[in-house]
Amino acid sequence: MFGTNTARKDMILMASFIVVVLAAPIIFQPIGAGYPDLLQKFAIFGIFAVGFNILFGLTGYLSFGHAAFLGIGSYTAVWSFKLLGMSPIPAVLFGTLAGGLFAFLIGIVSLRRAGIYFSILTLAFAQMSYNLAYSVLTPITNGETGLRVLNSDPRILDEKNAEYTGSLVSTFFGVEMNGYPGFYFCGVILIITFYFALRLNRSPFGMKLRAIKSNQTRMAYTGFNTRPYLMAAFVISGMYAGLAGSLMAVTDPLAGAERMQWTASGEIVLMTILGGVGTMLGPIIGAGVIKYFENIFSAFNDQTLNAIFDFLPDTLQQGVVAVVSLFVGSGWHLTLGLLFMGIVIFLPGGLMEGFRRIYRMIKKPDDDKSDTPAASTAPAE
Amino acid sequence: MDGILLQILNGLDKGGAYALIALGLTLVFGTLGVVNFAHGALFMLGAFVAVTLNKLISLEHITLDPNNLTAWGTPQEIRMPYVEEWFGTFGSFMIDYSIPIAIVVAIPIMLLVGIIMERGLIRHFYKRPHSDQILVTFGLAIVLQEIVKAFYGANPIPQAAPAIVAGSMDFGVALGFSENTLVYPFWRMVYFIFSLSVIGAVFAFLQFTTFGMVVRAGMADRETVGLLGIDIDKRFTVVFGIAAVVAGLAGVMYTPILPPDYHMGMDFLVLSFVVVVVGGMGSLPGAVAAGFLLGILQSFASMNEVKEILPGIDQVIIYLVAVIILLTRPRGLLGRKGVMEA
Repeated sequence: MFGTNTARKDMILMASFIVVVLAAPIIFQPIGAGYPDLLQKFAIFGIFAVGFNILFGLTGYLSFGHAAFLGIGSYTAVWSFKLLGMSPIPAVLFGTLAGGLFAFLIGIVSLRRAGIYFSILTLAFAQMSYNLAYSVLTPITNGETGLRVLNSDPRILDEKNAEYTGSLVSTFFGVEMNGYPGFYFCGVILIITFYFALRLNRSPFGMKLRAIKSNQTRMAYTGFNTRPYLMAAFVISGMYAGLAGSLMAVTDPLAGAERMQWTASGEIVLMTILGGVGTMLGPIIGAGVIKYFENIFSAFNDQTLNAIFDFLPDTLQQGVVAVVSLFVGSGWHLTLGLLFMGIVIFLPGGLMEGFRRIYRMIKKPDDDKSDTPAASTAPAE
Repeated sequence: MDGILLQILNGLDKGGAYALIALGLTLVFGTLGVVNFAHGALFMLGAFVAVTLNKLISLEHITLDPNNLTAWGTPQEIRMPYVEEWFGTFGSFMIDYSIPIAIVVAIPIMLLVGIIMERGLIRHFYKRPHSDQILVTFGLAIVLQEIVKAFYGANPIPQAAPAIVAGSMDFGVALGFSENTLVYPFWRMVYFIFSLSVIGAVFAFLQFTTFGMVVRAGMADRETVGLLGIDIDKRFTVVFGIAAVVAGLAGVMYTPILPPDYHMGMDFLVLSFVVVVVGGMGSLPGAVAAGFLLGILQSFASMNEVKEILPGIDQVIIYLVAVIILLTRPRGLLGRKGVMEA
């Protein structure tokens, strides 16, 4: 199934992915997304979505509590800043490990069930973490205020400057991890994790995970104990989430409990579905689209809308602005909801499915039949 | 003893709300096989029917009184609700009782909303996987709550219970305790009794009417009922409408307890899903029992004595119970064999 053809396709995919990530500031300039804050978010949520896809896309286990690992990664990273210093390396390392460890602990219990019960169990654990982070764990998480790095913290690896009173920023060999350097830090990690996910997808291990998705019982009858494979997938995907969480803290050293709320878990499900479950690029595209909408659309207000529709006659302009303003600014969630419903209703395979359909239409409009088998075996790009 | 009784009472109203929402969720799941994430939004819509009605009834006719000046030297405004102008004391009675009136109004509205939802959207998802159903209803829930937010803003809107039941009652005296040991707001008691009667009505409807019999038969074996020449889809549409009415009524009556805002539905939905799973997917009595059980457990967990032993337990009790039950009783408390087992 994965012959030399796939290997060559993967190489092209990987090469173009690297080019797109590294040139992102230029590529996304024309659509108004070429600024570092948003690009960082693209990269971070891209990593999160790729990791989520390893679990949901390959094994079919829908976790509704993945944001818990994200939050735990953030908290661990901030604690690493507080205790060890502002270097991002230990923060990312510990954040990833903490995500994996928690995934292992939650996985022991949750993976005993499948289907909707698995979703509810993961949701329950995530909500427990969220509620505890807000209440009794306040000494560790600083509750509602959120955890941040203070000048008085030990930071044993840093050279401390007692006079310095500004806010602390994570520094990587003297480069501050915000703005474009921060994006490139996240971007390089995104490339590495994407490559890892691609290899995992093509490996025998990835094949076993897909076998679990298609028929777990049959898989068990052929002599495989599926639990260790599921656990490995769950832990890997938890580590991705922890990594994404720690990168959030690297680019902006603070952590809050709201990152663990179930709406955040829902968001990552949306991103993956929107892009296309089980595809390699889909989740990243989904993450990008949602973050793009959130940032660009929510920035619109009545003034900008009035400027846009200025060419219309006055009364018409007022009407159009009144209608459109429902969908942008603070109402961008409405657009998100509608977009989301539209995708699920008309395009269940997500945006990737849409691209594939368009590609097929352009490529071979007349002999559709000969193309169908090839298309059906290529859902993993 | 009185402390325990008070906690049980405290849990009843919340438990009633959980039970009503979970009942509707289970009804939809058992008949249509659809996991409806928009059910919480129906609860929220019900609450906002009450808010809208209250706003409409208390629309005021403002006149200026030139003889009386305010401290700022402007003429004093005389605010007179239109209904009082038109109906006199009956008008003020209507304003006071806007929530009970909202119940009557909410029934047809929610029925209509439910039927439109089922015909327009849900029915196209019967054959799709559960994850698709979850996702499309989740999207619908976002859309509904954003629409409500666009009209009513993001802040909670407090609603008043009718004056006659607005206060608290000293239930302890009636049960032989000393005074002020068992003070309990009237409205919560009303809510509990209301939820019991709605639950009773739904069960009676399913148990004692021909329509209910067909629906129960359809839940057990949809295909056979279809082969007998009954258009089961039509019945199930009505069932969806009934589930919407139940959720809406739960919302209407909950407004004096919790001022409604646009995301109240989502907050309740997550908990109600846990309730449904604990009770057992597809089991109506299970959903009701689990609703009250979890409501009461939650109120016990928020007692100070309990919190001293196990800090933070009040925050996690429901989820903890769900985890334990799911691992020890795989089908939930009263789940049937063969329904959503995995």
